[in-house]
Amino acid sequence: MNRAALGALLSHWARHPFQLAMLLMGLALATALWSGVQALNAEARAAYASAEELLADGGLARLEHPSGRMPDAEFGRLRRAGWMVSAVVEGRARLGQARVTLLGIEPLSAPAGGTGPALAQADLESFLSGTGFAHPQTLAEMGDNGLDLRPSGAVPVGMVLVDIAQAQDVLDMRGQITRLTLAPDQRKGLTPLAELAPDLTLIPPGEGADLAGLTDSFHLNLTAFGLLAFAVGLFIVHSAVGLAFEQRRGLFRSLRAMGVPLRNLCALLGAEMALFGLLAGALGLVLGYLMAALLLPDVALSLRGLYGAPVPGALQFNPVWAAAGLGMTLAGMAIAGGQALWRLAHLPLLAPAQPRAWAQASARARRAQAALAVALALAALGLAQWGGGLVAGFALLAAALLACALIMPVLLAGALALAGRAARGPVAQWFWADSRQNLPRLSLALMALLLALAANIGVGTMVSSFRATFIGWLDQRLVAEVNVIPRDPAEAARIRAFVAARGEAALPVQRVDATLAGQPAQIYAMKDHATFRDNWPMLDALPDLWDRLAAGKGVLINEQLAHRDGLGPGDVLTLPQLGAMPVLGVYPDYGNPLAQAVTGLDLFAANWPDAPVRQYALRSDAPQALIAALQDELGLSSGQITDQAAAKAMSLAIFERTFLITGALNLLTLSVAALALFAALMTLSGMRLVQLAPLWALGLTPRALAGLEALRALVLAAMTMIFALPVGLMLAQLLLAVINVQAFGWRLPMQLFPADWARLAAGAWLAVALAVALPAWRLWRDGPRDLLKVFAHER
Amino acid sequence: MPFNSHRLKPAPPRPPPPPAPPPGGGAARPVGRALAVLWLGLVSAQAQGFAGLGLEVEGFAAPQRGHALEFPRDHGAHPDYRIEWWYLTATLSDADGQDYGVQLALFRSPYAPEEREGFASPQIWMGHIGLTSRDAHFAAERFARGGVGQAGVSTAPFEAFIDEWRMISTAAPDQDALDHLELRAGTAEFGFELTLQATGPLVLHGDQGFSVKSFDGRASYYYSQPFYQVTGQLDLPDGPVGVTGQGWLDHEWSSQPLSDDQQGWDWVSLSFEDGHRMMGFQLRGHDIFTAGTWVTPEGQATALPPGALRFTPLDHAEVAGREVPVRWRIDWEDGGVSVITEPLNPHAWMDLGISYWEGPLRFSGSHSGRGYLEMTGY
Repeated sequence: MNRAALGALLSHWARHPFQLAMLLMGLALATALWSGVQALNAEARAAYASAEELLADGGLARLEHPSGRMPDAEFGRLRRAGWMVSAVVEGRARLGQARVTLLGIEPLSAPAGGTGPALAQADLESFLSGTGFAHPQTLAEMGDNGLDLRPSGAVPVGMVLVDIAQAQDVLDMRGQITRLTLAPDQRKGLTPLAELAPDLTLIPPGEGADLAGLTDSFHLNLTAFGLLAFAVGLFIVHSAVGLAFEQRRGLFRSLRAMGVPLRNLCALLGAEMALFGLLAGALGLVLGYLMAALLLPDVALSLRGLYGAPVPGALQFNPVWAAAGLGMTLAGMAIAGGQALWRLAHLPLLAPAQPRAWAQASARARRAQAALAVALALAALGLAQWGGGLVAGFALLAAALLACALIMPVLLAGALALAGRAARGPVAQWFWADSRQNLPRLSLALMALLLALAANIGVGTMVSSFRATFIGWLDQRLVAEVNVIPRDPAEAARIRAFVAARGEAALPVQRVDATLAGQPAQIYAMKDHATFRDNWPMLDALPDLWDRLAAGKGVLINEQLAHRDGLGPGDVLTLPQLGAMPVLGVYPDYGNPLAQAVTGLDLFAANWPDAPVRQYALRSDAPQALIAALQDELGLSSGQITDQAAAKAMSLAIFERTFLITGALNLLTLSVAALALFAALMTLSGMRLVQLAPLWALGLTPRALAGLEALRALVLAAMTMIFALPVGLMLAQLLLAVINVQAFGWRLPMQLFPADWARLAAGAWLAVALAVALPAWRLWRDGPRDLLKVFAHER
Repeated sequence: MPFNSHRLKPAPPRPPPPPAPPPGGGAARPVGRALAVLWLGLVSAQAQGFAGLGLEVEGFAAPQRGHALEFPRDHGAHPDYRIEWWYLTATLSDADGQDYGVQLALFRSPYAPEEREGFASPQIWMGHIGLTSRDAHFAAERFARGGVGQAGVSTAPFEAFIDEWRMISTAAPDQDALDHLELRAGTAEFGFELTLQATGPLVLHGDQGFSVKSFDGRASYYYSQPFYQVTGQLDLPDGPVGVTGQGWLDHEWSSQPLSDDQQGWDWVSLSFEDGHRMMGFQLRGHDIFTAGTWVTPEGQATALPPGALRFTPLDHAEVAGREVPVRWRIDWEDGGVSVITEPLNPHAWMDLGISYWEGPLRFSGSHSGRGYLEMTGY
């Protein structure tokens, strides 16, 4: 009996293959977007973990010199004093075709637990004699690199692991090391480090640039997008399942009449949904994997560009990920189909189509929905007022968006009622009244459209505002015509003398790593020069800022530090070696995850005399001539010299990559929303025949009816779009003023881009027009036949 | 103590080490294992790949009969030799008459026959310390490379060190550098601080320090200072203990392995109550190769020719999952010596990256006294 019943139930799909395709596609798309984003996140997180595990560094305290290097005799000295330390040399180097982080370890003293030392110790003699390790992708990127390297997946992408002696050679750091790591267990009664090595800074475990922490916001952004796409996908499924149930109402009745118990019927329908869930889930996983594989190179580039995070460009397949994605699909299917199943189980067997009763029932539902919207809006206000942190920021975002989505049908109903009151003539009055009556059926799809449109406007506004601000800021910050990287202090001195002799200015870039207010930070030196006085952008500053900075009477801090620590001009910041210094001003520092402070050059040089000059910013009226002279007369290589245009192009490229993913996901979300609307309209067109048939009988032509149907959809879509604009701008404001500040520490001014909205509106309208075209055309073509059936059938 | 690179090589089929980490081993174990592998690599490459090539090994120097040792120069390191060690053992007692044994060994094994500045140095150093009482045995190890001041042996003044473990000469300028030593080493768990005063001269083993190790003529340079009076303090988990006793320092270097068939050895250093000293060893291969040195209280040394000594195992103990002969009868018939050795603690297993048995003993029979026993390859 069950088999026959299942056959009858499934035969519906054979007759409506398009509906089946939509159901499966909606579910598959939802799964694909969600699981694709999850795959991206998982891949990146695995990369961070492998970077951490390489030295098991996260759990170890470190000793560093403020200048970033120390003599390697310090290692021997501390070991001989009984301290179990290990030496590390780390630096950036161009090997073959790629710039990589070269990590030199001392495997004989390295604390146990790191994958790096384990790799080294597997064949220690060859490691000590110069055989290193790199990720296969890094090896491919480098090409011929002059080192003896073996492939290993344990080494993060963009990193090369070698013996410390070799790293010193390649980085030109003979006799010097970057830092010491301290083993967790030390003997008691040793001479304290503060006494043995007073100029070294002890950095407790877990502090410092923690990749997972820095990139959290990036991944949270991706996750939020994935979740949004999933929710929108579920709207499609809901519509398709609703339609299928509605259309099979007669079949259910017949089956029940023939003796199939309600419980069996429900079980069969549940099994049917589970089957579709599995099918669509598997398809979605494949799509999600493909999408992630396609997007990963860009995500990896963003993460590497933004944070130097070593993320590989190739995706691994993870069964846990697949299982989680499939689970999510089934759960989504249950949510989307549960309502229909519940209704089947609880509504009277012979419940006729009672649109009016439905509408009245949904009026009650609408009131509940409005109440929920108000509650969510209040929650959003509360979060805006008292919430703190990134998670609260996203909760605020979600609450505000949901409140808008929920309140929208209420507002639309109000607007339609108003329009109906103003309408003249029976057809017009019917048009508005009927639109109101059908609003509940369409409201889910319209809510999905609203969310997609608002997300599009909001994210688009944020990205465009950011780009506009960023480009202006770059022009102010990158004023030097030429940048030069000296290879060693002697060359730095030669460059300085050479440029000074030409009557041009060489502004040194010097910095030390430090911990400011408990965060990883950098302290930069700034020469007193018109370049900075005239151009350096400031958000907030005390008077006589530049004179006081030059005199060493205070420091500048970046916006990130100011925001995280609640500092402003006039406040006092404690710096290592310098002690308490007044904050003279706050400057914007987009694209930098770290806290930063700037001191006058003289003060810096007095406190950190050993800090190398990492770069010179050269001012010149004839930059091309200067570059040629640097190459010809000083023998600098072209790799050491960057001109202004190249520097700007590079910064912009990093910026564009950061938001490439956002753009791609945005477009996908909008497509899913259009599909949801299409599904809803298809559903509706089937059910509305009952209501349209009398009008046809009263003399309206199928063509007029089809036109009215299309018009209704377009009017509703237009109303949704109008409503989406303020919601989108609110979203943009939240992203710029709350999320960005929490995630990155920057607050950006919002700028409006109406041309973008027009483009979006045109696109959305086109999508809606396409969605409404098929049902309207069907009505027009099959109108008389289908409409007659209404009278012939019992409905 | 015989020179044998095979001491670093566990006998081939051997059960894995017991799960419990040894005292003081702690977090350094994986490094220890890896370095043991390195050492085995250094040693076995020549043992397997270069066996039969005679005395020249890959650019490393080889000991020559007739070469005169010269001090203090030869107290220092010989970077062009493939393996070298300084090994001090001491038999001690506290005021209550409780016996203890202490050892500190510094091993050197380069992967190239030279020294280079900084981390580029190919010289790999390994330190072992041990402390044995009647019912406990502690062992710990350290690894380092030369060139950065973390480990090494200097001659003016004499100092052998790895990390904070060290053996430093406090001898007067007119004395031999090894006549007076200060020793200090330890871990979070145990340690010791000893002062050593020599009461006799250095003793050269074999033919003026050229010590033959097998019938096919493989050899090492090998000398000892067997006449130390020791005072000092042990740091035990229960607290410090003052001790006095006798000590024995070996210094040995070579580039040659033993024959391929030699699996390990048993070695003793014995201090007789009448002031004599005796060093003896047997190398276990297809044939048993024994040799030794008889030393009068004045320091007159007589080399015992191959076969003159006989080692007979009397009792085995299960140590670290192995059957180890911890009680021996040692006979030198021509000298009228026949003694039976009793270990202070049969479980004196040095469960480190490279593992072996090394512990203090008392002996009785024709003569009596105290000494140290080392057994490898079990």
